[in-house]
Amino acid sequence: MTAVGEVKRRRIDELAARAGQVPEGEGGVSLTKSAVRRLRRDPVAITGAVIVVVFLVVAAFAPLLAPRDPLAQTLLSEIRPGFIPGSREGFPLGVDNLGRDTLSRLVYGSRQSLLIGVVSTVLGAAVGMALGVLAGAFGGWVDTVVMRFVDILLSIPGLLMAISISVLLGQNQYALMIAIAVTQVPVFARLLRGSMLAQRGSDYALAARALGVRRGRIVFGHVLPNSLSPVIVQATLSLATAIIEAAALSFLGLGDPDLARPEWGAMLSTAQDYLSIRPELAVYPALCIIVVALGFTLLGESLREALDPKFRR
Amino acid sequence: MTMEVLPADGPARGDLPVLEVDDLTVTFSRRGEQPTRAVDGVGFSVAAGETVGLVGESGCGKSVTSLAIMGLLPERGVRVGGSVRFGGQELVGASDRTLRSLRGADMAMVFQDPLSSLNPTVSIGTQVTEVLVEHRDMSRKQAAAEATDLLDRVGIPDPARRLKEYPHQLSGGMRQRALIAMALACSPRLLIADEPTTALDVTIQAQILELLRELVVDTGTALVMITHDLGVVAGLCDRVHVMYAGRIIESADRHDLFARPRQPYTGGLLASVPRLDGARGVPLHPIRGSARDAIPWAEGCAFAPRCDNAQDDCLTEVAGSTVPLEYDGPGRELRCRHPLTYPSTPAGATASGAAR
Repeated sequence: MTAVGEVKRRRIDELAARAGQVPEGEGGVSLTKSAVRRLRRDPVAITGAVIVVVFLVVAAFAPLLAPRDPLAQTLLSEIRPGFIPGSREGFPLGVDNLGRDTLSRLVYGSRQSLLIGVVSTVLGAAVGMALGVLAGAFGGWVDTVVMRFVDILLSIPGLLMAISISVLLGQNQYALMIAIAVTQVPVFARLLRGSMLAQRGSDYALAARALGVRRGRIVFGHVLPNSLSPVIVQATLSLATAIIEAAALSFLGLGDPDLARPEWGAMLSTAQDYLSIRPELAVYPALCIIVVALGFTLLGESLREALDPKFRR
Repeated sequence: MTMEVLPADGPARGDLPVLEVDDLTVTFSRRGEQPTRAVDGVGFSVAAGETVGLVGESGCGKSVTSLAIMGLLPERGVRVGGSVRFGGQELVGASDRTLRSLRGADMAMVFQDPLSSLNPTVSIGTQVTEVLVEHRDMSRKQAAAEATDLLDRVGIPDPARRLKEYPHQLSGGMRQRALIAMALACSPRLLIADEPTTALDVTIQAQILELLRELVVDTGTALVMITHDLGVVAGLCDRVHVMYAGRIIESADRHDLFARPRQPYTGGLLASVPRLDGARGVPLHPIRGSARDAIPWAEGCAFAPRCDNAQDDCLTEVAGSTVPLEYDGPGRELRCRHPLTYPSTPAGATASGAAR
């Protein structure tokens, strides 16, 4: 009896002591702080961040990292129709059909590819989200007008649209970015509008209205933050597609006309002609595109989870 | 908890009711479909400090009535008729601006599901303070202090910490307390509670009802309690309106209603409450059928298909007129041609024990 009583008493004391404590990591922490903390603990986020950072560093320090001048033609004596020399001392990834060092071109290409991907996605997302907020916030005829406009954009195949725009704007790298951004606008607009419409009918939006909160505050303070997570995911996916679309445009001869700027997409499309001779030449830039896309996707996905308070584990 | 807070207008604020609803109708229409009349000539009034219950099954029009009063129904496809007067001011057809300045400040509402009524991505503090900023012209800092005070008043421990938390970090009871705090932030003259305890477990239900009694009823705020739970009615309401298929079918004071329900539907509701003190194995007494069996009021008493007392003259085509809501003794109104009757001594009335 006494032994049991002793055990019980100790257990109760223990529980009482624990009840007084605040569980570590929970309670009264700001959203950003806890998001950063969760990102740091998430191996997926770290992997994504490492990939993205590595490529950013490569792009920033390209002149220091590249072993050769990306435009210098070498080994010209060995290049013949039907033969391109492979990797060797001094040229770890070999040279392309014009004798330019592949590794150096990949390193320099990261600049242009990342720039096109990021700028066109940011541009496309910004315009798309603005349209989406407009439609989702006002509804009614504003929604109808905006969405029909978006439908028109959507009804034109993305590549065709990009081609028309880059023809219209002339051949330069900004035209390329704008062309790709325009193809991304309708997706972001539709996504955000749909997600906002769903949130607008939610109980908390009704509850906020019942408390007399004004419409702008409900839209921007309540509905919008809850509608953003699909948009964040879409943005990370779009980054990858933007790089690939830039490649497609380069392939059609509508890419960046400045040959001094190597770019993965252009490299990929050039290498296509020599697939039977040197398939590696296509594999390297493709791999770069895939890994960068993967990095952004992983980062975006874990960012979305970290920003969503419901996902706390 | 001491209740010197909430400087409400007190129960004796003239005889003018806070809320007068008169012949309120709500019709939902959709292109190509028959319009549906969800609320059909509902009328009642609530005085300061009074608690009025609207009782009925799912789909009888309770919630639509409350949304219509608050002006929260969507504009498209909905027609609201009749009159809703709040402190003498007509709300049906009032401008958005008028309604918005009243909502939250003078009239507030607490919803059924405390989790979905709170924004999951915004901290509790922001959600409480935005009401104060909106209606009471406070600075963010003042509002934060006031919010701490409010949460404390509704019995949330450690309010300063809770303000920084998100809805999912609070328990169900605490969420509902937070919502009540938001609703009471500006000391409204009218609070509409739409099934505020349905999503909570029984012990929490009792706490929330107690809280409503302390903070609302005792401070002279008019309370409209929408519920299907007769226990809630018994515990809180002064006057009860039983609704069926969009109309009020019986109105009475709480004691009268529980002691001697007159409408067979009310009687059925009371008899269907499970009893702990009954013998084991005694079957429950449900009301036959479901709310979908209702017939349109134009064809007769909507409850007739499910009613044990129903006779031929419950149908309009036989009686020649629809069943009216009529005087039925002091303080009572009834819409029934064949109500339940009781022997002259009410002591042994059949359903009186159902009042928990």
